[in-house]
Amino acid sequence: MGLKQKLHRLKEKYRGKKMAPAFNALHTFLYLPNHTTHSGGHVRAADDLKRTMNIVIMALLPCLIFGIFNTGYQHYLASGDIQAATDFFSPEFWSMENFSLGAWKVLPLVLISYGVGLGVEFLFAVIKGHEVEEGYLVTGMLVPLIVPIDIPLWMLTVAVIFGVVIGKEVFGGTGMNILNPALTIRAFLFFAYPTWMSGDKVWVTGAVESIGNPDAISGETILGSLAQGNSIGYDLMDMFYGFIPGSVGETSTLLILLGGLFLIFTKIGSWRIMFSAVVGALGMGLIFNGVVSAEWIGENSKFFSLMNTEFWQHLLMGGLAFGIVYMATDPVTASQTNKGKWIYGIMIGVLSVMIRVFNPAYPEGVMLAILLMNVFAPTIDHYVLQANIKKRAKRIKVKTV
Amino acid sequence: MSKDIKIRKGLNIRLKGEAEKTLSNAPRSRTFAIRPQDFHLITPKMVLKEGAKVQVGDILFYSKSQEELKFVSPASGTLTEIERGAKRVITKITIEADLQDTYKDFGRIDLDTISREDLKKHLMNSGCWPFIKQRPYHLIANPDIAPKAIFISGFNTAPLAADLNFTLQGKEKQIQVAVTALSKLTDGVVHVSVGTGQESPFSGLKDISLHTFRGPHPAGNVGTQISKLDPVNKGDTVWTVAAQDLVIIGELLTSGKFNADRVIALAGSSVKTPKYYKTKIGSEVSTFVYDSGLSEDNSRLISGDVLTGTKISPKGHLGFYDNSVQIIPEGDDYEFLGWTMPIFNKISPSRALTFSWMFPKKKYNLNTNTNGEPRAFVVTGIYEEVFPMEIYPLQILKACMVKDLDAMEALGMYEVAPEDFSLTEFICVSKQPHQQIIRDGLDLMYKEIG
Repeated sequence: MGLKQKLHRLKEKYRGKKMAPAFNALHTFLYLPNHTTHSGGHVRAADDLKRTMNIVIMALLPCLIFGIFNTGYQHYLASGDIQAATDFFSPEFWSMENFSLGAWKVLPLVLISYGVGLGVEFLFAVIKGHEVEEGYLVTGMLVPLIVPIDIPLWMLTVAVIFGVVIGKEVFGGTGMNILNPALTIRAFLFFAYPTWMSGDKVWVTGAVESIGNPDAISGETILGSLAQGNSIGYDLMDMFYGFIPGSVGETSTLLILLGGLFLIFTKIGSWRIMFSAVVGALGMGLIFNGVVSAEWIGENSKFFSLMNTEFWQHLLMGGLAFGIVYMATDPVTASQTNKGKWIYGIMIGVLSVMIRVFNPAYPEGVMLAILLMNVFAPTIDHYVLQANIKKRAKRIKVKTV
Repeated sequence: MSKDIKIRKGLNIRLKGEAEKTLSNAPRSRTFAIRPQDFHLITPKMVLKEGAKVQVGDILFYSKSQEELKFVSPASGTLTEIERGAKRVITKITIEADLQDTYKDFGRIDLDTISREDLKKHLMNSGCWPFIKQRPYHLIANPDIAPKAIFISGFNTAPLAADLNFTLQGKEKQIQVAVTALSKLTDGVVHVSVGTGQESPFSGLKDISLHTFRGPHPAGNVGTQISKLDPVNKGDTVWTVAAQDLVIIGELLTSGKFNADRVIALAGSSVKTPKYYKTKIGSEVSTFVYDSGLSEDNSRLISGDVLTGTKISPKGHLGFYDNSVQIIPEGDDYEFLGWTMPIFNKISPSRALTFSWMFPKKKYNLNTNTNGEPRAFVVTGIYEEVFPMEIYPLQILKACMVKDLDAMEALGMYEVAPEDFSLTEFICVSKQPHQQIIRDGLDLMYKEIG
């Protein structure tokens, strides 16, 4: 008797039992289930939610691998052990030392994120008696990529539990949530433990422990230094390749761009949201550049350095590109109508750059911009639908006149 | 007034086992059956008891809520069984057929002089009224409401569907009589829509407004055509009649007989020699299925097409409205790591390691597997790609699920039928039963508002 038959017998045995969702969740990962159509059409297309989520994870994997190398690279660069990388394939960056240090630091974040998050999901599925839904597969991969590398694991654990329970399960689970769960987790960390989420000590591994030592290392993000009126300090290709400090997976604009193109090509990610968010960010950047060139604010204004940043360079800094490609496009929390997606995307771009410029204490605007637009997405959809409803009502009027 | 309309949104599902254009006569069926489920929301009130002798056209039952609405026997013989299901609901009425049919004579009528009321009565008494359906609610038409227009689709775009240009060959005379009769039942227009490319039996007809539609499925669905030609507003009623049923109506008006003859397509990848058969409404499908032969034992028999048809057993009978029987393999098996492997042998609207976009002309052998488990709605924006009506499909489905009558009405529920959601159901990543959701929504509205 093969594995297939054995598992089938177990499935039949557990049918209707309390633990059935947990068993089925594992079983369906191994085998596409034997369900056949019962109502309506007799055939179905090939795509299911697991496949959809899997594509997003595939688009995220390059960012994860790059983040592992970058963790080691930033540490050894700050401590002066290695030279700066010169091009994308520099051996200084893609070295075994960088990888092993990075893996040692990053993989625990991944394990905690998936272990705790899926644990909560399984628990809720068993309690509520529904199948384990796949939404957390992507959330679990996003979380380690958007936190600072040295975040204590217990904080991450608390935040993941909060994010999954309050951000998703209380609304009814996957498909029902209002806020992006990964960003809920990050927002929780940001407001509960701000010293671990911002400043110039958390972005390079080892920086916090080294405070006070003679060979202390520090690594400030580009946004951080600009917000304090300093210069960028990195050349543009470093920023594009991602050889800069920042949250684990957000730094490489090149890989994010490739991931975004992959999502658009596979028709999993919404090109409308990605494109309009980029347009919104560029537009807002241009407006700020205009403010500077019209000399409405002087060089001693505290907004000057970020406002004076070339409009397109905003896309290379911080988490803007990552947020646009992987988080704004979450179909559940974004606008659900195609017209609404344009408005939603543009507003995310505009607000991200606006928050960056006007909030020097925390110059990363994309998280708050997406969360804010998540809240407004149903409102946008409401007005898009109203337009359709009005059109239909008008049809009756035309007829009766 | 004729229009040439191009549909962009939609999806052609190309399947293996298309019926070859040769016509055979199916052997006469030993039994005939009428399933009251084919007539949605009709509660049958039996006229005859088991053991009664019937002629073709004798009344079997009428609608409990509307007594003039009658349903007749498609064959002559003996009423052998009234099968009942849960709560004693009648599920099947079986007639053991005589060797030869004898017809009840309903008499010829003169379409030039007959009044609208008399014509309605004639159609209802002869059992032809159930062929006329109405929107809103997608039910058998209410004879007391005059429709603003009548719509007929003269071509099929559904997968493996019967080619009407072939099945209606030589029936132009009956069709002409039927559309002339229908034009007397409305103050508006009888709209007939045909595809392009081939000579249609509808192209030379009088008393109609002829339109052409081009584009992918669902261009041939009457719902799509209504929405592009003259959409149903609140308070409107339109009627629809399937093209193959016009033949039966026309035959009744010219010869006085209810002649249930129908040319059907036997298709699907499990059929050895898919082709067309001449048979009758309600006849056993085995009479022609075993003539063609099955290449796969574990198969599903569907009366109708794979997107909207009804599952029947191998001993089952052809449905009242269906003009095809399609047979595809059952998909009740597991697939190792099926959710992550690249897929070449199934259709997909995405490119998520699925490669049907690379082979737009390839024909597929799909089975009945759902390719995944049901989930809450997650993915957005895909349904609009295959839905040509000016309606937000995801939002109207959600309105139905939460039974929000105001939203359902405002979003266009009067315009839709379950079959309009067969493509969104096909591509649904969350494997939700769209057609069932819409049917339940329509029933709820009918109960509360209609």
